[in-house]
Amino acid sequence: MIRVVLPAHLRALARLGSEVRIDVEGRATQRSVLDAIESAHPTLRGTIRDRVTLQRRPFIRFFAARRDLSHESPDADLPDAVSSGSEPFLIIGAMSGG
Amino acid sequence: MSGVRVLVGTRKGAFVLTADGKRSNWKIEGPHFAGWEIYHVKGSPVDPNRLYASQTSGWFGQVMQRSDDGGTSWQPVGSEFVYDGVPGTHQWYDGTPHPWEFARVWHLEPSLTDPDTVYAGVEDAALFRSTDAGQSWHELSGLRGHGTGSSWQPGAGGMCLHTILLHPRDPQQIYAAISAAGAFKSDDGGTTWRPINRGLKSAQIPDPEAEVGHYVHRIAMHPSRPEVLYMQKHWDVMRSDDAGESWHEVSGNLPTDFGFAIDVHAHEPNTVYVVPIKSDSEHFPLDGKLRVYRSRTGGDQWEALADGLPQNNCYVNVLRDAMAVDSLDSCGVYFGTTGGQVYASADAGDHWAPIVRDLPPVLSVEVQTLA
Repeated sequence: MIRVVLPAHLRALARLGSEVRIDVEGRATQRSVLDAIESAHPTLRGTIRDRVTLQRRPFIRFFAARRDLSHESPDADLPDAVSSGSEPFLIIGAMSGG
Repeated sequence: MSGVRVLVGTRKGAFVLTADGKRSNWKIEGPHFAGWEIYHVKGSPVDPNRLYASQTSGWFGQVMQRSDDGGTSWQPVGSEFVYDGVPGTHQWYDGTPHPWEFARVWHLEPSLTDPDTVYAGVEDAALFRSTDAGQSWHELSGLRGHGTGSSWQPGAGGMCLHTILLHPRDPQQIYAAISAAGAFKSDDGGTTWRPINRGLKSAQIPDPEAEVGHYVHRIAMHPSRPEVLYMQKHWDVMRSDDAGESWHEVSGNLPTDFGFAIDVHAHEPNTVYVVPIKSDSEHFPLDGKLRVYRSRTGGDQWEALADGLPQNNCYVNVLRDAMAVDSLDSCGVYFGTTGGQVYASADAGDHWAPIVRDLPPVLSVEVQTLA
């Protein structure tokens, strides 16, 4: 069980609570977690990563266990604290305004 | 009793303004999709409860929304816009080839006959159509592929397809306009396209009378006389009397012929409205006075309409999709500003009053006349 925290606007869009719990088959990586979230909540497709290239959108960041994982490989293992469910995987709208 | 519903898209959400036929007491609902840019909201002429909205964000990209109850509730629908085939390139600002990249939906045009069919004009410029109420979108790629697409360049706001006009009786005829490529027409329901820019003169491009490259801001048509088109170009107000085959200037006595919005009176096909803006770099009204100009002669002769509009220290803009008319007996005219005001006139422009003053910057205004 992976815990995921989404930005407020995406929670509103997908009508989700403050934290999403999601089952991931196999290793917990950015890709496997995002695949699982998008599969469970198709409205989120394209809002976190590009639909076609699957690259992270420029103003989205991934944090976990006090680290910025945004530039890690999407296939790298997530920290043990995330894969064990003790800490959430944070999807963040980057600090910017407009 | 008849009434109107005004659909307002802003930089930070959508608002729905409703009133009865007197159009004096307004109910304001919103923001819907708070925090998101709402480029356009438009209702189906066949089923006024069916609305489509373009919701977009620099963080989260494009989302499409549909309402089946007149804007009370909404559901996300399909937002996958994939260019047909190998997208190819257009010109970038520096003249180098740049791959077509989808950014957002600027304009939605629901079908005149089928509530499940809707067209979407997008950036980078292309035309898409959904025939399943917004669940899936397919490009009408004959527009980008007709031959001049590789030479199109973006305007300052991006390379957007912002105007879609559907012929009221012949579904084969569709018009589209792109900044900064110009106007285009299809005579076969959107399969094949050709530029229709003869007569446009744009001093800002190397060949002022080029086939494409013109900064068309908006085109308007009256349904009773679809062969007549009115255009607000970057500079110049233009008119075509032959369904876009040729254009001539009708700026006449306008104090400045720069602007974005243009629309036609619901019952008088010769009555046209524009909002003159000072210049391409000074996107505000002349002399700090917000004035709509009306021509009752199909252009050339224009009168200023200022009653109820701010006449000093007004430095807002009125964007291309931010003017609309209702079809009540006394035609209502509406426009929104980048200062967050939505103004309405229930007497064809003679008198104006704000419906609401302090919304986020207004991107689009549409009106539904309700039975």
